[in-house]
Amino acid sequence: MTDTTTTSRKVNITPKASVSVLFAGDSGDGMQLTGTQFANTVAVRGSELNTFPNFPSEIRAPAGTISGVSGFQLQFGSKPVYTPGAKFDVMIAMNSAALKANIKDLHRGGIIIAGTEGFDEKNLKLAGYPEGVNPLEDGSLSNYIVFQVPVLQLTREALKESGLSSREIDRCKNMFVLGLLYWLYNLTIEGTAETLRAKFKKSPQMAEANITAVQAGYNFGDETEIFANLGRFDVAPQKQHGVYRRVTGNEASAIALAAAAKKAGLELFLGSYPITPATEILQNLAKMKKWGVKTFQAEDEIAGIVSSIGASFGGALAATNTSGPGLALKTEALGLAVIMEIPLVIINVQRGGPSTGLPTKPEQSDLFMALYGRHGDAPMPVIAASSPVDCFYTTYEAARIALEHMTPVLCLTDGYLALSSEPWKVESPDNLAEIKPRIQPARKPEDPPYLPYKRDEKQVRAWAIPGTPGLEHRLGGLEKQHETGNVSHDPDNHELMTKLRAEKVNRIADSIPLQSIDNGPEKGDLLVLGWGSSYGAIKTAVEQALEQGLSVAHAHLRYIHPFPKNLGTLLGNYKKVVIPENNNGQLVHVIRDTFLIEPVGYSKVKGLPFNEMEILEKITDLLKEL
Amino acid sequence: MTEKDTTATAGSAYTAKDFASNQEPKWCPGCGDHAVLQQIKSTLPDLGIARENFAFISGIGCSSRLPYYMETYGVHGIHGRALPMATGLKVARPDLCVWVATGDGDALSIGGNHFIHTLRRNPDLNVVLLNNEIYGLTKGQYSPTTKIGMRTVTSPSGVIDHPFNTASLAIGSGGTFFARAFDRDGKYLRSIFNRAAKHKGMSLVEIYQACPIFNNSAFEAFASAENKAENTVYLEQGKPLVFGAASNKGIKLDGFKPVVVDLEKAGLSQSDLWVHDEADINKAAILARFADDLSGAESSLPRPMGILYAEDRVTYEDALTAQIGDAQAKGAGTLEELLRGENSYVIK
Repeated sequence: MTDTTTTSRKVNITPKASVSVLFAGDSGDGMQLTGTQFANTVAVRGSELNTFPNFPSEIRAPAGTISGVSGFQLQFGSKPVYTPGAKFDVMIAMNSAALKANIKDLHRGGIIIAGTEGFDEKNLKLAGYPEGVNPLEDGSLSNYIVFQVPVLQLTREALKESGLSSREIDRCKNMFVLGLLYWLYNLTIEGTAETLRAKFKKSPQMAEANITAVQAGYNFGDETEIFANLGRFDVAPQKQHGVYRRVTGNEASAIALAAAAKKAGLELFLGSYPITPATEILQNLAKMKKWGVKTFQAEDEIAGIVSSIGASFGGALAATNTSGPGLALKTEALGLAVIMEIPLVIINVQRGGPSTGLPTKPEQSDLFMALYGRHGDAPMPVIAASSPVDCFYTTYEAARIALEHMTPVLCLTDGYLALSSEPWKVESPDNLAEIKPRIQPARKPEDPPYLPYKRDEKQVRAWAIPGTPGLEHRLGGLEKQHETGNVSHDPDNHELMTKLRAEKVNRIADSIPLQSIDNGPEKGDLLVLGWGSSYGAIKTAVEQALEQGLSVAHAHLRYIHPFPKNLGTLLGNYKKVVIPENNNGQLVHVIRDTFLIEPVGYSKVKGLPFNEMEILEKITDLLKEL
Repeated sequence: MTEKDTTATAGSAYTAKDFASNQEPKWCPGCGDHAVLQQIKSTLPDLGIARENFAFISGIGCSSRLPYYMETYGVHGIHGRALPMATGLKVARPDLCVWVATGDGDALSIGGNHFIHTLRRNPDLNVVLLNNEIYGLTKGQYSPTTKIGMRTVTSPSGVIDHPFNTASLAIGSGGTFFARAFDRDGKYLRSIFNRAAKHKGMSLVEIYQACPIFNNSAFEAFASAENKAENTVYLEQGKPLVFGAASNKGIKLDGFKPVVVDLEKAGLSQSDLWVHDEADINKAAILARFADDLSGAESSLPRPMGILYAEDRVTYEDALTAQIGDAQAKGAGTLEELLRGENSYVIK
């Protein structure tokens, strides 16, 4: 067993409220694993946490180049953190491309830990530095605190007795860096040692070598003099006691679907086709066979949703997941689900568009498609998640609405939420909302004929599930006669059914919560109205604005169609409403259209989420204009 | 939606009428769809399955109206997508007996991708493909099975698209059951439906039927009274391939090449002929290729009718159910376990 003692000599330890770290290197440098391990360690210690990976869309982008840079950003804190940090305090740069690609987002005065082997002549050239220029030596980094660490050499030194091949040894260099960061932030390496032993269960030699590398990195911080002036830092843990797990948005969505099925007493069926950045939902559910989850990897996006419609007809909680181009392919089937009036959850993990667009980058530009993207009058509830953890609650709510209101529901998340993670205080089964689908009981011979489109006071028809005696009926894409469900081309009937389908969706507003103010005064100068993944950035910016004494509030929409009933009144309580969106202005149109007010749009369409600094700046500017 | 008693009774007590909905079929007079509907309704009582456990799924097209006329559960979906809908239903509900009604446009053109993938996955579906070699509902455009040279509203100078050979496509896609019959085959058609229903896996029955409005002579060369005996061969398991009005012709394999022989002239007996084995995929592939012989010459091969191929292979839903069974060998997961996951941690 490797010695994992973590005692250190006396170095000054400075408390910090929060720290943002970027691990960046080449795709092959293991930065995702390193970041994940660091995140797990601070999470388990009880820190507030938010993580965001940023990797190239190519699986094996050219090594050493800017396009091959893989990053993992995280912020951890003693107080709640809602974003991975607008800028980072510390940057690990395993090579010169990683430095070049990310230096603009490092705080002035921030720390750079550079793996010097990644700054050799070859790497500098690959990163596009002119011949003879090395940023570590030319004084261009004088605004930062730079530590040059020969990571590869020190890893090789530490593992020379390990028995591993030189190639295997070199691959441990990320663990050396991890150990150094543990030392710098006063963390212990035990959790990681345990994880590595589990990960390399079949190769204890590999496990011990990795642990040795972590320890060597830690010891390097402890023993070398280069950090003496900087000292160490400590971000005190703050989390309340309880059981937690760290979830990404896609994990949370998958768990929610399976949980909703369990709670409703149904089987879960997911028909899906792999598409970035939505695929992990399918992957996660494919692993949940123990919970009876059935996943079907279809031949295309259309078969994905249509198989789900078949499963829903059969009485399952049926879902499909996709991203923009896939949602476009599913639109005809969405119309079918609307006219069949069957429960269906569609999770659309938005990415940059149009067309293939920016497949690995987040955007909020599918709102119009979600609201309007079907032929005919085909209204459908649309709800949006605001954080990785909220992907659980919003997806669960999508399932509840679908099952209780007999309708397809579009649940919007995005690539940022999908891949970001935060600690989630594990929900108790009893705390989850009850889900009660309206299932039609078997019909006895003396009963009146079954009417498939007979509605209740919510305008919801009942779910008649195959295998139930006496309820044989036909659904389909042709317009149906009110109540009987027979095919009908009657003009008045079509208008009636069109209005009934719309009214059914509108009445969902009776069963959803009223819109609340997340933060700030109930009346004031400025309301920041957000939806989706901008939550963290807006939350943080409004907190800071309130600290500055500004008259600003934050409301964040989960329900976009139908809107909460009080939204119009709420918007009227502010002199001005600003709507930040990662699109060219979509919700702003809908709000203007619905409430006849003139909100201010604030667009960012760069394939990047908002950060708190941008929002705060916008708030300040708008308040100056008032 | 129906006035009569719809309470389930034991399967054997049903008659064809019990499977008729109260909706009048809206197909053209003389359309083969009427006869196929009747034979399906007559087949179901023999299967011993309660009525509420049947589901009929379709896409769009003339043939896809069929579920509306069945007093069973059913969905008339969207164009080309009947097979994935039926797959989703069957995966969610392996206990149901699921049928699909589709056509040459629905299955082979807009739904072509689903067609090949559903065949290879082999869910236990009974698929009835009504092939009239034309688009009827949209009024007479050519389909993926229309013959080369045919003039239609969208091919005024004649079709230049090479047609699909449905049997070759199905067998090549990994299908486990392929049969062919005429709409007018009556009891024989019913016997084919019966076998198809009992086949565990995706059974595909291609039905040759003329469209009386837009393609009335599509199968004249085989189906008409004067041509049928000479130009078709009805396959029977374990029996030699004999045809002709006087049962005087047969098929012999010359290496891999099927040849028509006149038994008398060649001095051959039936024991010298190709013996049908529906489990032999190589022979099935050759039988499927008979349809490519469009020369119409004296020596041309007859069109094989009946079950060309039947293979016993695990169904998609059974394989999935088995995996779930394995995963739950030590008990199904609870909601609490689901929420907690494997990597939870406790903050004290």
